[in-house]
Amino acid sequence: MRHLLVLRVVAKLLIPLVLLFALYVQFHGEYGPGGGFQAGVIFAAGFILYALVFELETAQTVAPPALLRGLMATGMLIYAGVGIGSLLFGGHFLDYNVLLDDPVQGQHLGIILIELGVGITVASTLIIIFYSFVGRRR
Amino acid sequence: MITAIAIVRLRSLYAVAMLTGIYSLLSASVFVVLDAVDVAFTEAAVGAGFSTVLMLSTLALLPSHTEKRPRHRPVLPLIVVIATGLVLVYGTLDMPHWGDPDAPVHKHVAPYYLDASPSEIGIPNVVTSVLASYRAYDTLGEVTVIFTAGVGVLVLLGRRRGRRKEDTKK
Repeated sequence: MRHLLVLRVVAKLLIPLVLLFALYVQFHGEYGPGGGFQAGVIFAAGFILYALVFELETAQTVAPPALLRGLMATGMLIYAGVGIGSLLFGGHFLDYNVLLDDPVQGQHLGIILIELGVGITVASTLIIIFYSFVGRRR
Repeated sequence: MITAIAIVRLRSLYAVAMLTGIYSLLSASVFVVLDAVDVAFTEAAVGAGFSTVLMLSTLALLPSHTEKRPRHRPVLPLIVVIATGLVLVYGTLDMPHWGDPDAPVHKHVAPYYLDASPSEIGIPNVVTSVLASYRAYDTLGEVTVIFTAGVGVLVLLGRRRGRRKEDTKK
């Protein structure tokens, strides 16, 4: 699809906005609608648009499958690690109150961390599923 | 509704894939009308965007892009579907009215979450505080499901033909 000028220009304009919106949904999830899952999905959608318009190989140089495989596991580990961390600080599993001195601040920190984990896992999983479907053609 | 009927009637798989995307986009706007913006985000991105792309890329692998006309007669399945639908509609008659504050779903833990969230969690979005804090176990399970799905796809499809040949050489 490299030769379609209109598609390329529109995609170049849209993709940064989509990725930025995904980050906004990720980090603004406590205040507005959204959160890790939605952010990850939107990020993956923006990236898949890039891969559709600018060929799979270009996308795979930006985000190599090996990196994504690592990120999939990293997100899970962040989430579960917060749970283990709260166990180590003397609370229940995923009880964020003990993470910081102030329980409310601890809740904030815990929620931000696990949403980050969710976002990383969802985005990299969706992109890698897309890679493995489209990559079969070759 | 019209989109759904068109999906059933059409035989060209490309058109069906595009129509399912449109259907997802329409239901996303229904979710916005119902004030469930989080669900609308997900539906628009996953339903309209991601799964349409997946369906199209799967179609590109297929030799034929039109569905064969089924040989059997659809009368019996249609009767079963209508009967099930009628039973389900009959079941909704006993449900509390939409938005009824006395409905059982609003009596259980929901009032506690709404009351305690501002003081215990301190963030304005109650949906996030329920998902990420009160129900963090469930969300951990959901992330695990997504992770497992990714691993499953990788195991089934991730290996390229060239690498498999290398493996057999070894």
